[in-house]
Amino acid sequence: MLMLVAYDVNTGDSTGSKRLRRVAKACLDFGQRVQNSVFECEVSPAQWAMLRARLIAEIDIDKDSLRFYRLGADGKRRVEHVGAKPVLDLDGPLLF
Amino acid sequence: MRRHLNTIYVTSEGAWLRKDGANIVVEVDGSERGRAPMHMIGGIVCFSRPGASPALMAACAEAGITLSFLSPEGKFLARVEGPRSGNVLLRRTQYRLADDPGHALSIVQGIVAAKTANQRTVLRRALRDHGDRMSDTARAAIEAAEQRLFHSARRASVAGDVATLRGMEGEAALTYFNVFDTMIQGDKSVFRFNGRSRRPPLDRVNALLSFLYAMLGHDCRSALESVGFDPQVGFLHADRPGRAGLALDLMEEMRPVLADRLALTLINRGQLKARDFVVDDGGAVSLADEGRKAVLVAWQERKKRELRHPFLGENMALGLVPHVQALLLSRHLRGDIDGYPPFIWK
Repeated sequence: MLMLVAYDVNTGDSTGSKRLRRVAKACLDFGQRVQNSVFECEVSPAQWAMLRARLIAEIDIDKDSLRFYRLGADGKRRVEHVGAKPVLDLDGPLLF
Repeated sequence: MRRHLNTIYVTSEGAWLRKDGANIVVEVDGSERGRAPMHMIGGIVCFSRPGASPALMAACAEAGITLSFLSPEGKFLARVEGPRSGNVLLRRTQYRLADDPGHALSIVQGIVAAKTANQRTVLRRALRDHGDRMSDTARAAIEAAEQRLFHSARRASVAGDVATLRGMEGEAALTYFNVFDTMIQGDKSVFRFNGRSRRPPLDRVNALLSFLYAMLGHDCRSALESVGFDPQVGFLHADRPGRAGLALDLMEEMRPVLADRLALTLINRGQLKARDFVVDDGGAVSLADEGRKAVLVAWQERKKRELRHPFLGENMALGLVPHVQALLLSRHLRGDIDGYPPFIWK
């Protein structure tokens, strides 16, 4: 299934940028960055449970926010991209 | 049901693969070209010289991602293998069965019969699609070959020993490749097929077939390993050092469906041109860079095509068929199903 993860990590204090880095890293392990703090992750339900737990453990509940959008099994059809930074279609042919 | 995982093909000169967290990163001449999370990738096929970082190799071996290195022409060079895991009981059964001609026979019967039947389907489809544009002699030749393959398939399913089946398989291949040229509707001055030639392929059609067989071989081998088989010990193909006998066995029934048919489509639709191939001074023909890319894109697209599996009755991507067949073979060896149901294409 395709999940959209968006986050806001408060970097006002000394530990903020560390949390930001770690949240981004967790998202990157499971998906691809589509905008600065927005990731699309194609995951199985089990992988999603792992990613979700990892993200919630990383943030500071009082200062940061996470939003998860469940786009479902045919999530690709619900996404349209316009403008710069087109992303790679990871289900298409991957030739480099 | 397992998801059909994507394969990364690295064809650029100067490409380097490395690991970043749980991502596979492809760099070309030092700049990042693409990255993908490892859980979405089932295999990496690398045609370029530089290669991959040891950290990535280790991670691939652990995650069960097949990482193969091929020469730019598609000749297999090396593959990364982790600690032997899989199922030792399954492997033992496989060895015992391969040594027992009586028992291996039923599997080989299925493989040869299915391959022949699938070759026949390729001929029938060619007749259906292009039959009215063919000359009478061409159509008659294909019809005669189709009839002969029909009988071969029936005889193969009741043949008495493996040696006979090897002979029948060769005979069927000869019948099939004798009319293969007739099915080529594209530019005949560019694409002529004068019998199968390998190491090296001597015409463009053979170069294309050899390349597609190498890609199919990579997929079959990973399918067998992910199920826990030893890909070297086959039933139809005799053991030979360095030869993946079981991968070749598994490939047989899928060659006509996944490779031959795709080769014909690419040629007949004019998707490949003379400039997509390189001819050596010695007469060896191989795919040029652009041609290879076009073939790989078509190959990946073909593997995404959905079909209903004749035995399981489930819809799945064509690219998943090698994996499903390997799974069915392992179930047969474990005794869960009485025979190995080969893949017969409708």
